[in-house]
Amino acid sequence: MTDAFTDHFGALRDHFPGQDLPWLAELRDRGLQRFAESGLPTPRLESWKYTSLRPIEKVDFAATGVPRACVSIDQAPSLLPDHTDCHRLVFVDGHLRRDLSQLGDLPAGAKLLPLSEQLAADPDWLQTHLDRLDDSQLPPMLALNTAMMMNGFVLHLTRGTVLPHPVEVVHLGGAGDAPLAYHPRNLVVLEEGSQATLIEHFSHMGEQAYLSNSMTEASVGAGAILRHYKLQADALNAFHLATVEAEIGRDATYDSFVMTTGARLSRNETSVRLNGEGATCHLNGAYLVRGEQHCDNTTVVDHLVPNTTCREVFKGVIDDKARAVFQGKLKVHRDAQHTNGHQLSKVLLLSDRAEIDAKPELEIYADDVVCSHGATAGDLDHDALFYLRARGIPEAEARAMLIEAFLGESIDQIAAEGLCPALMTSIGHWLADSRREV
Amino acid sequence: MAVTVETVEQVQALDKYKYGFVTEIETDTAPKGLGEDIVRFISAKKNEPQWLLDWRLKAYRHWLTMPEPEWAKVQFPPIDYQDAYYYSAPKSPDDAPKSLDEVDPKLLETYEKLGIPLREQEKLAGVAVDAVFDSVSVATTFKKNLEEVGVIFCSISEAVQKHPELVRKYMGSVVPYGDNKHSCLNSAVFTDGSFVYIPKGVRCPMELSTYFRINAENTGQFERTLIIADEGSYVSYLEGCTAPMRDEHQLHAAVVELIALDDAEIKYSTVQNWYPGDEDGKGGIYNFVTKRGACRGRNSKISWTQVETGSAITWKYPSCILQGDNSVGEFYSIAITNNRQQADTGTKMIHLGKNTRSRIIAKGISAGRSDSTYRGLVRISAKAEGARNFTQCDSLLIGDRCGAHTVPYIESKNRNAILEHEATTSRISEDQLFYCRQRGIPEEDAVALVVNGFCREVLQQLPMEFAVEAQKLVGISLEGSVG
Repeated sequence: MTDAFTDHFGALRDHFPGQDLPWLAELRDRGLQRFAESGLPTPRLESWKYTSLRPIEKVDFAATGVPRACVSIDQAPSLLPDHTDCHRLVFVDGHLRRDLSQLGDLPAGAKLLPLSEQLAADPDWLQTHLDRLDDSQLPPMLALNTAMMMNGFVLHLTRGTVLPHPVEVVHLGGAGDAPLAYHPRNLVVLEEGSQATLIEHFSHMGEQAYLSNSMTEASVGAGAILRHYKLQADALNAFHLATVEAEIGRDATYDSFVMTTGARLSRNETSVRLNGEGATCHLNGAYLVRGEQHCDNTTVVDHLVPNTTCREVFKGVIDDKARAVFQGKLKVHRDAQHTNGHQLSKVLLLSDRAEIDAKPELEIYADDVVCSHGATAGDLDHDALFYLRARGIPEAEARAMLIEAFLGESIDQIAAEGLCPALMTSIGHWLADSRREV
Repeated sequence: MAVTVETVEQVQALDKYKYGFVTEIETDTAPKGLGEDIVRFISAKKNEPQWLLDWRLKAYRHWLTMPEPEWAKVQFPPIDYQDAYYYSAPKSPDDAPKSLDEVDPKLLETYEKLGIPLREQEKLAGVAVDAVFDSVSVATTFKKNLEEVGVIFCSISEAVQKHPELVRKYMGSVVPYGDNKHSCLNSAVFTDGSFVYIPKGVRCPMELSTYFRINAENTGQFERTLIIADEGSYVSYLEGCTAPMRDEHQLHAAVVELIALDDAEIKYSTVQNWYPGDEDGKGGIYNFVTKRGACRGRNSKISWTQVETGSAITWKYPSCILQGDNSVGEFYSIAITNNRQQADTGTKMIHLGKNTRSRIIAKGISAGRSDSTYRGLVRISAKAEGARNFTQCDSLLIGDRCGAHTVPYIESKNRNAILEHEATTSRISEDQLFYCRQRGIPEEDAVALVVNGFCREVLQQLPMEFAVEAQKLVGISLEGSVG
């Protein structure tokens, strides 16, 4: 597989955005070298213990493809009931479709544009943000992304800028004439006191398999608020690997929610560094998987300074032969006193062949902290089911109600108005599909 | 309260490690280093049958090919396996002593300093003691009483001679020789240990106990313990350790195998107090132990209770394989680390049978510059219908230079299984300390009191005599961590 990506790199070299920038060309070369050294991660790596990328190796990805499926503006889905005011970017197979996008009116101090344009306009500003290769623990997929980074988006808010409307980024995959692998690179910089809501929506339109290996870097300045929500409803033959690295400043808040219903194999790897006093992060998520799906949510939260808070709740529903992985690491560094860290993983196993592997981990080097984690797994509560059935509700319906309630609890936490109904609807569709199969 | 007062007295009387002394006894020692000839030497010394020698050699050859395990959160310089002695036995004229009177008086003195006068225990506590001094058992008591009910309690070398069929059938059946690097080394060079067989339907009339003690300098001690509880039997086994003070690191790689057949129950309790090294982390024991129990039969039960206060490095995961339907596994643990100690300990509960249940209560206390890690696995296999697990790991931090970590792995493949895991980390509540101090209890005393309360759930699981000792240990181990 490493060879395949090296071939892609050779073939695409001259077509990458910003290929005329010497520092970027050099950075890509270093990224490829680091990836060649490590190769695709295997379960031998502790952080990939439960997720094997072997299914990816079986697909013969092409470097480029010609879009076959036709998309018109009303086919690009939106999660918001009224998206006339929101700022929309639509990517098809990793390429920006300007005709489908709608940047809208941005307030002064706000910048939202594709990475390629930012590279053309102000490359020096990007240089410091894109080079993340110094890390000795560099994740292999990030190295690959750095080498092959294609178009993504840049959201930059200057001091005190508040975006009144959400930014919605839509990714559509599988439209090409061959299986494609692409590596979007996104950058979100919120300066002091600014606020934004970012919604990412992954979906599909063609039949082809695809691999999306994205990297999103977020820097949230002092007192700023970033709400980052994502629905991953990729095709069931797709592979979705997403890395998010967020740096949260003094009194800033990062509120994240990731919902997974799609992809044959997906992994959301989020690492958050709380490095200003009073920084807060919420890392929440929900997933519904069935068939032979594999869904991995891996988070690492570093509490670097005193008085930081983290709350993390992941809830999942696993059916058929699907498998889910939850790995959460909460690290309290020396001197990070008064840390408040809580982590919870709750799972419903709906079939005899479903599997959950959870590894909630605490690593603590400061004494005046309150940290906890919890994990549960099991079937639906039989008493609750009996209660509903005793009142004449058929079993399938009763089960669906309980599952909806189980996941709905965490969806209610989302601050973006208008998004919750769309997520509840996707849960409803999922449950309806499950019942149809039965 | 009485215990707390005693703890303070002990702490005050304690300038150095209480059990830090070396008894000078002539030893019959194998040459330094490790090789096939040493394995043959040990086997010959013990007059072992060919199959056991073959097994040892197979283990030794496999050991050479195995890498050092590096996943645990402990740090230490690489071990020079050639720089240690693998066999030393206290020299006695002719054979082992026939009765306590024949035991080397210096040995008896050692036990007295340790606070385990054999004779007193014989009479008062009703405990049979199989004392392992270095590597060979020198005194086994209460044998007669046990023989009457058919319980076999002897050293493993004796069992090899007298009950080879049992040893051959069960040894290595729970911990295979190639299980991990440390257990593999043990399989090659184990010198002695205890063997227990409880026949069908017998409830062992007394608690069985072994006191271990590392004595000769530079002797790695490799015990091997094998306990078999046949159908419907019950046994409670106590293990306690103290070690004399010395500078060089000592390797201790023991293997304990438990087998519980239908309706049998084994309760295994440990108080581990090996020399932890001095305040700067110099010296101390490397305690790399493989302990595993198999609940082979229906309705069988294995319960591990451990109080880990000693050793420079503890690497220990007493586990249960729950094969039989309705079998139960339990793990109760207190791990206390101070100064520069490192402990990576926990358990594995492998649920294979239907309606198997497991319960894990782990309490970690870190002070000074130490690191303590709970690492545990709960695995529910697809066939373990109705399995149930409850896990609770709590960590307490004393001081801002120590670390407490929790690394649980939870794997479930059965919808009808219910798993719950909880973990918390906190420090001693200022309110509780203030409350105690306001009532005139000195700070160090108050800490011991609060910590004993924190560990209560686990201490309650220990047999009476052990519980008292363990409570004292909790206080002593935290000496110097306050103020």
